[in-house]
Amino acid sequence: MNNKTCHELNTLLKEKKLSSIELTEAVFAQIDKVEGKIQAYVTVTKEEALKQAQAADERIKKNENVTPLTGIPIAVKDNMCTKGILTTCSSKILSNYLPPYDATIVTKLKEAGAVIVGKTNLDEFAMGSSTENSGLHPTHNPWNIETVPGGSSGGSAAAVAASECIMATGSDTGGSIRQPAAFCGVVGLKPTYGRVSRYGLVAFASSLDQIGPLTKDVTDTAILLQAIAGHDKLDSTSADLPVPDYKKSLVNDVKGTRIGVIKELLGEGISEEVKKAIKDVIKKYEELSAQIVEVSLPSFEYAVSTYYLIAPAEASSNLARFDGVKFGQRSKGTADLLAMYYQTRQEGFGAEVKRRIMIGTYALSAGYYDAYYLKALKVRTLIKQDFDQAFSKCDVLVSPTAPSVAFKFGEKSGNPLSMYLSDIATIPINLAGLPAISIPCGFSQELPIGLQIIGKAFAEETLLRTAFTFEQNTEWHKRQPRQA
Amino acid sequence: MSVSKKDVEHVAKLARLGLTEEEKELFTTQLSSILDYAKNLNKLDTKNVPPTSHAIPMKNVLREDQVIPCTNTQDIVANGPEIEDNMFKVPRIME
Repeated sequence: MNNKTCHELNTLLKEKKLSSIELTEAVFAQIDKVEGKIQAYVTVTKEEALKQAQAADERIKKNENVTPLTGIPIAVKDNMCTKGILTTCSSKILSNYLPPYDATIVTKLKEAGAVIVGKTNLDEFAMGSSTENSGLHPTHNPWNIETVPGGSSGGSAAAVAASECIMATGSDTGGSIRQPAAFCGVVGLKPTYGRVSRYGLVAFASSLDQIGPLTKDVTDTAILLQAIAGHDKLDSTSADLPVPDYKKSLVNDVKGTRIGVIKELLGEGISEEVKKAIKDVIKKYEELSAQIVEVSLPSFEYAVSTYYLIAPAEASSNLARFDGVKFGQRSKGTADLLAMYYQTRQEGFGAEVKRRIMIGTYALSAGYYDAYYLKALKVRTLIKQDFDQAFSKCDVLVSPTAPSVAFKFGEKSGNPLSMYLSDIATIPINLAGLPAISIPCGFSQELPIGLQIIGKAFAEETLLRTAFTFEQNTEWHKRQPRQA
Repeated sequence: MSVSKKDVEHVAKLARLGLTEEEKELFTTQLSSILDYAKNLNKLDTKNVPPTSHAIPMKNVLREDQVIPCTNTQDIVANGPEIEDNMFKVPRIME
């Protein structure tokens, strides 16, 4: 039963054919069975989860305030604060951190009656595309444990794919929800910047970070987005706009929808099998009477450079707080305060985090600010303008989510730049603040391929409708990995 | 190479980040290759382009200055590596 979707389980729970306790126990049995191989979690919270499940069953029994998430086991990425439960960001420097408060999305999940089963693994501070940068352990892809699950939300994507939870939350700064969703064959949505509160999300790059769902199908993504979206007084960057009823977007019809195919993302650097899968997607949408338009976004060529200056610059500032004073690990035996800072940060951060702090500090430092950071902010404007232009003639844009299927451990970890270049399709979207979804659209070598659909700002409804229509007319989302 | 070992040492100092000799060597090479790649931005003329710091327009958010309950002080302080009388203790700052 743990391999069912949230909307299927919600029906069973409401009809009392299943209890949340039974469902939660099934999820933990699955965790016991596969976690040795997958390692999706940093922390599992069985005791609390069973209490929450019991409370959910009470709620259902009394038919009081039953939501689509009531009694549903959900995993939370370990960079979102959970009161009294370890929140490590998969970093040694935070390995003992017990937040004194819940992130807003955690509060919302609890209020909806969801059951929080644990905290999922990530690349340290969400910096990476494979979970190989986790300071704790790597996560393995349930489709082939010799390949990475993608990152940084690799733990969440693998947990959903392996049915170690029903749905999960992720965060996406340059593709960290969408790319692992593609690699693990699940659905992942990065909402518009500001759609979901970031309060309690440990900040990586504050102008790019956004929280979103990872689920087994598009309907579940709509359900989870509904539960977490909305304005929050505690996040001044969250958008003060009404949240639409996303269920109404689940319509199997794209007749007349103008779908722009991004020329630059079907060329050099994209593997042949991925190109073929995307071409099949385009054929499918044509059959479904969508209007296909080719669009060019010439500034994409500069997106990786732009991103890898802006994101590390913001990170170098955000990560200054990890200094061994107020929380986390402190190195012992240092002579004075300055030495304590140096040593704590040297011992507490992994190589990728150090590399990004170095790039960011360099790009912001006197003499280089204009040449690197300011230049990147200006190119960001050009990237945004390219999107504006594309959206003047399209309703949505499509591209592959990632240039290839999941790669093997160690294949890219030796060369940071080659790892960065694998984010080419996802990072322009964060730079422009737009929403984008990844859904399964094919397989190669028994590994899933992801289709990325990009929308206008705050047009999650169009995205969901376009994604839902594809899903209803294909079978890709029904495949399940062998390891699960 | 756009970055020297001296640059790496200077930047590490600004970031209060201790690095081993090996890390200094490695970062000299890696930062150079990343920043050399980033120089492709110079192909674009951006003289008259305004910078974008947030893609979605942001405005200053103001509210009434009201007293609301604060998270439990004990829980906050409990995360400190060294605590004395509800205060964070640090190694000496000056002689």
